[in-house]
Amino acid sequence: MQPPRLTRNAGSLDYSLWLFTRLSGLGLMLFAAVSMALAFVLGGRTLLDLPTMLRWMFFPNPNHVVNSNIPDVSLGWSNAFWQIFGFLIVLLASAHGFNGVRMVLEDYLRSPLAVLIVRGSLLVIWLGCLIIAVYVILAS
Amino acid sequence: MAASRPIVLRTGYRGKTGMLNWALHRITGLGIVLFVGTHVFASFGMQQFGSDSATTINIVYQSWAFQVFVYFCVLFHAFNGTRLALVDLVPALLRYQRELYWLQWIIFLPAYLLPVFFLLQTGLAAR
Repeated sequence: MQPPRLTRNAGSLDYSLWLFTRLSGLGLMLFAAVSMALAFVLGGRTLLDLPTMLRWMFFPNPNHVVNSNIPDVSLGWSNAFWQIFGFLIVLLASAHGFNGVRMVLEDYLRSPLAVLIVRGSLLVIWLGCLIIAVYVILAS
Repeated sequence: MAASRPIVLRTGYRGKTGMLNWALHRITGLGIVLFVGTHVFASFGMQQFGSDSATTINIVYQSWAFQVFVYFCVLFHAFNGTRLALVDLVPALLRYQRELYWLQWIIFLPAYLLPVFFLLQTGLAAR
């Protein structure tokens, strides 16, 4: 099955976002792998059960492991490293996700005005989510 | 039973094996945005206001049943995304589309079902 080969205008916003989606997706999986590896380094094999490990892999927030067997979450599991790590994940993931929503919605939109409204609204919602998410990371 | 005519979505896309993955990639992607979005706001509500509805949302989200569902969305999206990114960034792999499609499912099924088995086991034992 050969998909149609589209000629992409290198340097255009569409191409940049197309490339960003792929690279950020691969990057997010790298983040998950590092989260898991460092959880094992911190002794997660005996301290975390599987659901907790999956939560931590998905997003390494101290709230995700607070109900596990870790004696003191503030030692190793909650510090500036994980806050910056979490911020980078949220930045990549939200950009990836909201750009995905934009692409799905634009497949069903005909008029340029509707596209403009959708893009504007998504930008506002994205920035709002980003601010709240960063606040939650720094406050937890 | 084979469909008597090609399946056509409202978008006009007519795919073969790729169509299932295409639809699932969109559905799981939108699902993850919805889940993470509400989870962020629910966590904010819990943290700042101790909101009861926010706590209820997060209790649902951390239940084993919901985790089985979310794990499917995230893992499928990750696996399909890897295949897509590989094929898009290394066009030489386009020759092996069909093989990569089946390889993806062959790796996905145990990677999904094995943790789900343990999630069910601990989830049902804890009831």
